[in-house]
Amino acid sequence: MLALAGGALRASLGARALAAGGASLRGYGTTLGVEGDVLTAEVNPFKTHRIDPPSTTVSATKAELLQYFRDLYRLRRMEISADMLYKAKAIRGFCHLYDGQEAVIVGLEAALNHKDSIITSYRDHATHVMRGGTVLEVIAELMGRTKGASKGKGGSMHMYRRQTNFFGGQGIVGAQVPLGAGLALAHQYKGEGGVAVAMYGDGAANQGQIFESFNMAALWDLPCIFVCENNHYGMGTAEWRAAKSPAFYTRGDYMPGMNCDGMDVLAVRQAFAYAKEYAVANGPIVLEMDTYRYHGHSMSDPGSTYRTRDEISSIRQQRDPIEHVRKLLVDNGLAEASELKAIEKEVKAEIDGAIEEAKAAAHPEAKELWTNIYQDDLGMTLRGIESNHKHKYA
Amino acid sequence: MAAAVPVQRGAAVGSSRIARSGAQARPAAAVRVSQRSVVTKAQQKREMMMWEALREGLDEEMERDPTVCLMGEDVGHYGGSYKVSNGLYKKYGDMRLLDTPICENGFLGMGVGAAMTGLRPIVEGMNMGFLLLAFNQISNNCGMLHYTSGGQFKVPMVIRGPGGVGRQLGAEHSQRLESYFQSIPGVQLVAVSTVANAKALLKSAIRSDNPIIFFEHVLLYNVKGEVHPGDYCQCLERAEMVREGTDVTIFCYSRMRYVVMQAVAELEKQGYNPEVIDLISLKPFDMETISKSIKKTRKAIIVEECMKTGGIGASLSAVIHESLFNELDHEVLRLSSQDVPTSYAYDLEAATIVQPEKVIEAVHKVCGVRAGV
Repeated sequence: MLALAGGALRASLGARALAAGGASLRGYGTTLGVEGDVLTAEVNPFKTHRIDPPSTTVSATKAELLQYFRDLYRLRRMEISADMLYKAKAIRGFCHLYDGQEAVIVGLEAALNHKDSIITSYRDHATHVMRGGTVLEVIAELMGRTKGASKGKGGSMHMYRRQTNFFGGQGIVGAQVPLGAGLALAHQYKGEGGVAVAMYGDGAANQGQIFESFNMAALWDLPCIFVCENNHYGMGTAEWRAAKSPAFYTRGDYMPGMNCDGMDVLAVRQAFAYAKEYAVANGPIVLEMDTYRYHGHSMSDPGSTYRTRDEISSIRQQRDPIEHVRKLLVDNGLAEASELKAIEKEVKAEIDGAIEEAKAAAHPEAKELWTNIYQDDLGMTLRGIESNHKHKYA
Repeated sequence: MAAAVPVQRGAAVGSSRIARSGAQARPAAAVRVSQRSVVTKAQQKREMMMWEALREGLDEEMERDPTVCLMGEDVGHYGGSYKVSNGLYKKYGDMRLLDTPICENGFLGMGVGAAMTGLRPIVEGMNMGFLLLAFNQISNNCGMLHYTSGGQFKVPMVIRGPGGVGRQLGAEHSQRLESYFQSIPGVQLVAVSTVANAKALLKSAIRSDNPIIFFEHVLLYNVKGEVHPGDYCQCLERAEMVREGTDVTIFCYSRMRYVVMQAVAELEKQGYNPEVIDLISLKPFDMETISKSIKKTRKAIIVEECMKTGGIGASLSAVIHESLFNELDHEVLRLSSQDVPTSYAYDLEAATIVQPEKVIEAVHKVCGVRAGV
C-alpha cells in the first residue's frame, strides 16, 4: 500500500472510502406515482440493526416538496456565500461548511418539531437556520458582529438558539454527545415528552465519550436519537482508516440502529419519524446518515488531497440533494422549472440582503469582553492584563 | 432481524434497571440514617459531622426545588462513598439521585446538557482527581457556554467532591484539583472547611446560577461542629475571618485551616497575635477582606495544600504583591506542598504537605523571633 505512487494511491483511497462506508454512487429510488398534489416514491432501502425498518414507500405533497427545495437551496447558497466571504477574509478562523449534507437537517426538521432538543458539532450553520434562526444571524456571527447568533462572541462553531431548543454548536469533536444525553435525561426528568437528537460525525464516532453516552442512555431508556452524519472523512482520514467497523449504525451494540440515504430528504424524514416514535416509546436509537460534504473539512482544507475530484463531482451529479428534489417536482409535473428558478431568485436575494446587513452591522463594543462570563453578577472586579486595570464582572 | 420490542419504561429510572440487572438496594439493617440528619425547623444550632451537614444542606435544597438533582458514582443506593447522600434516594427516587456508570467525561457532559435545559444538577466526583477525565467538559462546556452562546444559556451546576491529601491514599488519590481548574473562565471555586460553612456554602452553591466547583476534603468529613440555624446560606465570594489579630495575616483554606489553627495555639503561647483568614472563595479572591487585613498587619503568609508550582497560593501571592506592595513590610511567604507525587509511605506523605511546625517557623521569620521563644 505504502509503495503505491501518489495518483494510484489516491484513486484507490477514493474507491475504498466509498465502498467501505457503504456509500455508493447509487441513484435514488423510483417514483411510484402522483395523485393530485401528492407524490409517492420509493426511497433507498434502510439498513438496520436490531430493529425492523420502516416502509420505503413515502409520500410528499407539492407544498412540502417546494418547502424542502427552498430550505435546501437556502442552506446551500448560505454556505457557498460563507465560502466566498471567507476567501475575501470577511470570515476568519475555522469555518466548517455543510454543503452537500443539507438533506439531513431538512429531513430531520420535517419529522421533528422545535420542542425536541438538538445538539450538533461545529458544522452547525444549517442547524441554526433550520431551528428557526435567520441567515443574517449566521453570517453576522461568522463576521463577528453583534447581530450574530451569539452576539459575535461565539463564531462559526458556537451558534445556539435557546427558544427553539438548539443547544449548539460545539468546538471539541464528540463532546456534544454527552451533552445530548443530558438533554435526553432532561426530557425524561421533566416528563414533557419529546426527544433529544445528538449529532456527530464519522470522525467523532470513535470517541470514548460517545460510548459512555450510549451506555447511559440505554441503561435509563432515555429518549435520545444519536445521529452519525457519516460523510466518510474525518478531516483528511477516510472512515476505513479510522474505524475498525465503519458500520456506525451498529456501534450502539445493544441499541437498535438504522442506516439511511442521507442525500434524500424523504428518506431522512422517514427515518427520523420512525426513530422519534421508537425513542419516545422505548429508548435510544442510533441513526447513520450516509451523506457527503462537497467542501473540505473546513476552509483550511482543500478537500482534494485525500479524495479524488472525480468522486466529488460524481456525487454532485448523481446524488445532489437539491437536484433530487428538483427532479421529483419537475419530472412529475408538480412544478415548472421556472417556478423553481423563481424560488432560487428569491433565496439569492434573501442571502444577498443578509450579507449586506451583516457587513454593515456593528462590531461588539470593548465592554462586551467582560459580559456573559457569569450569569450571577458577582459585583466583583476582574484584574486586567496589567495589574492596575480593573473591570467589573458582568 | 428482531422487531423493535417496546420496553416498559419505568416511571422511576431505577425500576427498569433493577428489574433487568437484579441490582439490589442495601439491606435495611445496613442503611444508617442518622436521627440527627432529619430536617427540622429547630432554631438552635445542632452539632453534627461535616458529611451530615452536607447531607442536610442537600436534602433541604432538593426539597425546596424539584429541579435539583445529584448524579455521580454510588450516590444513590450506596448513599455516597462519604455518605453525603445517604438514604436520600428513598425520599427523592432514582432519577434525582442518579447512580451513573464510571464515565466521568460522559456524565459530567450529561450534567452540563441537563443544566442547559433548566435543571440544577449537582455532579459528584467520587474523588475530585477523577474529574481530570472530564476536564474538557468542565472547561469548555461548563465554564464557557454562557459566554460562547452570547448569554443564552446558563449552567447552574455544582461540581463537588473530596480532594486533597488523605491518609496514605497514594499519589493518584491525593490530588489538588483547585490548581488545575483555577484558570477556567466562567467558573467559581469554593473550598469548605467547617461543618457550618459546608452546609451554608452548599446551599448557596446550589442556588447560584453560576457553575460552582465545590471542594470538600477527604479528611474533613468526620469533623464535628454546629450548623447555622434555619435556611442560612453563606456568600460564595467572601472569605471567613477565623481569628482576628495584628501581627501577621495567615491565609489558608480547607484542611490547612486546622493545620494553621494548631500552629496558632502554640504561637499564642509564644506571644504572637496572628490574624487567620480562610479564603473560602478560591476564584474569585475576596480582595476586600484580603487587602483590609494586609493593610492592618503588613505581613502575609499563605498556607496551602496545593503544590508550589501553579497553586492557588501562587496566584494569590502574585496578586498581593502586585496590588498591595506598599502595604507590605515583608515579602509574602508561601507554604505549599512539595512538587512531587504524594507518597504512600506515612513519613514521606507527611513531609510532602505543610505541617504546623512550618507555619510557626514562617511566623517567626516575618515577625521576628520573640524573646523567650
